[in-house]
Amino acid sequence: MSDLPILKVERLTKTYPTAAGPLTVLHEVSFDLAAGASLAIVGPSGSGKTTLLGLCAGLDRASSGSVTLAGEKLDRLDEDGRARVRNQHIGFVFQNFQLIPTLTALENVLVPIELRGASAAAGDYERDSRDLLKRVGLGDRYDHYPVQLSGGEQQRVALARAFVNRPKILFCDEPTGNLDGDTAQAMVELIFGLNRERGTTLVLVTHDLELAQRCGRVIRFRSGAIVSDMPGSPAP
Amino acid sequence: MSFILKMAWRDSRASRRRLLLLSLSVVFGIAALVAIGSVSANLRRAIDEQASGLLGADVIINGRIPATAEWAQAMAAPGVEVARERIMATPVAAAGATQRTQIRAIEGDFPFYGEFDVKPADALRRLRQGGNVAIVSAKLVEQLQVRVGDTVALGRARERFTVIGVVASYPGSPPQVNFAPAVAFIPFAALSPSLGLRANRLDLRLPRGLVAAEFVKGLKAGFPDSGLVIATADERRQQLDDGITGFDAFFHLVGFVALFLGAIGVASVVHVYVRQKIATVAILRCLGASGRQAFAIYLLQGFALGLFGAVVGAGLGLVGQGLMPALLKDLFPFPIHFFISWPAVASGMVSGLVICLLFTLLPLLTVRNVPPLAAFRSALAERASGVFDPWRVVIAVSIPVAVAGFAVWQTKSVRFGMGYAFALGFGFATLTGAAYLVSWAARVFFPSKMPYVVRQGVANLYRPQNRTVLLLLSIGLGAFLMIALFLTRSELMAQLQGPGGAGRPNLLLPVVEGDELEPVTKLLSDQGAPVVLQTPFVQMNLLSVNGKPPGRRWRLPGAKDTVLFATHRDHLNPNETVKEGKFAGTAEPGAAEVPIALSPALRRGVDPVLRLGDIMEWDVQGIPMRTRVTAVLAGSPQFQMAAGRRYEFIFPEGVINGAPASYSLGAHAATPALAAKAQRAVTAAFPQLEVVDLSAIFAVILRVFDKIAYVIGFMASFVIATGIVMLVSAILTGRFQRIRETVLLRTLGASHRQLVLIQLVEYAILGILATVVGAMLAVGGNLLLAHFVFKIPAAISPLFLLEATAAVTLVTLVTGWLANRGITNHPPLAVLRQET
Ligand SMILES: Nc1ncnc2c1ncn2[C@@H]1O[C@H](COP(=O)(O)OP(=O)(O)OP(=O)(O)O)[C@@H](O)[C@H]1O
Ligand SMILES: [Mg+2]
Repeated sequence: MSDLPILKVERLTKTYPTAAGPLTVLHEVSFDLAAGASLAIVGPSGSGKTTLLGLCAGLDRASSGSVTLAGEKLDRLDEDGRARVRNQHIGFVFQNFQLIPTLTALENVLVPIELRGASAAAGDYERDSRDLLKRVGLGDRYDHYPVQLSGGEQQRVALARAFVNRPKILFCDEPTGNLDGDTAQAMVELIFGLNRERGTTLVLVTHDLELAQRCGRVIRFRSGAIVSDMPGSPAP
Repeated sequence: MSFILKMAWRDSRASRRRLLLLSLSVVFGIAALVAIGSVSANLRRAIDEQASGLLGADVIINGRIPATAEWAQAMAAPGVEVARERIMATPVAAAGATQRTQIRAIEGDFPFYGEFDVKPADALRRLRQGGNVAIVSAKLVEQLQVRVGDTVALGRARERFTVIGVVASYPGSPPQVNFAPAVAFIPFAALSPSLGLRANRLDLRLPRGLVAAEFVKGLKAGFPDSGLVIATADERRQQLDDGITGFDAFFHLVGFVALFLGAIGVASVVHVYVRQKIATVAILRCLGASGRQAFAIYLLQGFALGLFGAVVGAGLGLVGQGLMPALLKDLFPFPIHFFISWPAVASGMVSGLVICLLFTLLPLLTVRNVPPLAAFRSALAERASGVFDPWRVVIAVSIPVAVAGFAVWQTKSVRFGMGYAFALGFGFATLTGAAYLVSWAARVFFPSKMPYVVRQGVANLYRPQNRTVLLLLSIGLGAFLMIALFLTRSELMAQLQGPGGAGRPNLLLPVVEGDELEPVTKLLSDQGAPVVLQTPFVQMNLLSVNGKPPGRRWRLPGAKDTVLFATHRDHLNPNETVKEGKFAGTAEPGAAEVPIALSPALRRGVDPVLRLGDIMEWDVQGIPMRTRVTAVLAGSPQFQMAAGRRYEFIFPEGVINGAPASYSLGAHAATPALAAKAQRAVTAAFPQLEVVDLSAIFAVILRVFDKIAYVIGFMASFVIATGIVMLVSAILTGRFQRIRETVLLRTLGASHRQLVLIQLVEYAILGILATVVGAMLAVGGNLLLAHFVFKIPAAISPLFLLEATAAVTLVTLVTGWLANRGITNHPPLAVLRQET
């Protein structure tokens, strides 16, 4: 595993203009993340976790500071360039699943691949996608639409989708926030399992401290700033 | 590309039915354009094929044909064929019946073109051989009860001719059998002086390569003062073509109204559709799709939609075209062979597609600006549509340009085209303004004391994602266009039906001599057709105009004196107006200068031009008189029909009343049957008198206008169909938008009845308001149209407006109720699972 950080965040600041004047939700946040590492970001609601995640993944532009992901400086790229980086290197899992309601489970998983172009959508990837869906326990639900799936099942489809493009880094924003305990537990196992199997870097935002401890590193967040950065206690 | 195709197809899956409904909005507009385009192409081809047949010759010359060597020389240009003709009106009698008839003495190969449909077929050949033979028209056969082989007596000298054939149609004969006059064709050589007053006519066939207009110009230059009336087939074709262009433009604009309305429907539905798709777009963006890719997916859907609409529309248009021949065939003086005009189909489809795409693009551009972050925060989705996008400006400018361009293209007039586009734009702006006013008023004057359903319904008018603008636009614009169309239609109809009105003369006796006046008047009233209009004519001799003797062309051929007719009265007729000067009406007997008016019947351009202030000196049956033109009148053409004989000058009352006069009489019979009976009685007692039965002609005119009205109604139905499709899709879209809220309300315990009532309150407010604004716009538009375009008085019936308002509101409510019927059938769970 290379020592080069896959994610490098430098003096990242984000300010939103509001009716009551500018509101700074991130204050000069800096940290590095080595490839293959796992990072949990915890903190109270409204502390800026989702904002940080969005900036790291190039979903928004920072007010100042920079994000370097897989060697590419995101703020130097235009929107299409960031889209390419997302498609090639990044996987996402959202709290509210965000499946495309008009596509079946399999089609949802295939989207990132198909976005790359016609030739890439050949048989291999389709098999890959089916395998991934089987891996998350939905081998018999390929043709089901999101509304026909439970929340946990939808989240597993989202997970399969996140891994289908073999991302270097996976961002999860409270992936279990909408799930009950047992389902959440199963989901967590899947995330860590797949992560290990595929050697993916993991960035996980959560309220669940126990879950956070399973990551190699835990960053605590408050009012848009890092208050502590400690190693976690991952299970062997 | 294949991803875009696949994604576009898959993404449409859940909303395909909605999208099809959407494409229906443009179907009727495109259908109307295709039908009209194809029909007018048919008409134009028919005109091209048959214009020369309508005249029977390349050039026709009417008037006093000079008998000079130069003239003969000019006419004998190489290759020019000439057929001489003399035309006169005279009574024709057979077996006790008499009918005033147009006699045409023909020579040479007349007609050069077109069909001379005669039975038996060799009759025309026998006529050319000469002798006292005649080919008579069907009307004469009917009036005189004659058959081929019978003998008829022509003129007061009762010259005997043998009927050798019956002609059904000939070049220049009217398309309506009932209009066809009594005509008899006889050989030129069989003409005798006893047949009376005659007009000369030359029918010419020009050799290939000789342009009629050039030839005519040469003739006119060589014989400047001849007073000849020259018509060419090319002119006739041009006139007909111009007529078609007017017809074509009017109906194209009506079709375009349907298309425009539909396109607004498309834009509004796409707007909502895009809002719903923002989440999907955001996810796609998160997964690495570029803004352009996402846009392409929905653009493709829009294009497919437009294409589908265009194809279905073209099909429907061709079906519509198939219905037209039956309606149109009596309106044109030639047979029309119907075929499919592919250029017309293509131009209808392309116009439809372009307009549809432009209107789709406007809301669709939002897709390009959806930030990927919207997947996390739906507030961002709201903002996507607020992003400034230069393309939006480009499209927003292109739409009015395209609309104006289309209108100018169709009307071939920048003024009308721009006026049309401006009217549409004004309607659009007014309704949008009204919509914002309503939202504002609903918030400010919120009925907080009313029951819950009313409050909820009113609140729907201004809450985020409200459809106030959309519904007001669709209902209001629909009501505006439909009401304006119907108002204009009924005004045009009233104008056209004018001459058939009650109490107007429907029997006309153009010339009754002074000594015949009393017995004829008595006979008519005995027959139940009292005289209601009596116009005196005084024959007078014109001595000089502004001191100079009148030119030769004031005189009839062969006449020594310049004999003209004048009437006298002290009032204007209802359809006359003073164009210049002041109408005198009265004058002192023995005044030095008598003020006279020029009648609208004065043939401008043919007659010598007279102007206000001209001094004319007359010999009125032995009494010298000096007059000054003090008024020039204008009037509508129907007037002439009722007035009968042409008179050029109107003298004031009391100046020429003493002179012996002849009269033109108009009688009114209560029924067509009575009119026919009176006509027969008069002809039997006074065979020399011409009696025209207008009631038959009015019946035919009315039938023709009914057909025109039917065609207009047919076109209007496309607009109405579009309006209803638009309403349904607007309501369905709204229902889709509100489904989450509806489900939540249900979860909280709202009953089905409450949910429906909430919607109905909203629709009732919007329906009434939209129709009232639409009706106001329609009245304004109608006033402008009537005044500037059709130049007729606007007649707006408040009752009609009331009915229309009630009808549109009712349709809105019923449609709203029907479209919302399944509102509670959705399983709430499925809806709640969908996160947006
Ligand atoms: N567009 C915006 N305009 C203004 N303020 C915003 C905007 N987006 C987010 N914020 C604010 O930024 C702060 C950080 O939000 P963020 O969603 O990152 O918090 P979070 O840590 O993810 O919270 P949670 O645990 O509840 O998800 C919040 O106070 C939020 O109100
Ligand atoms: Mg968050």
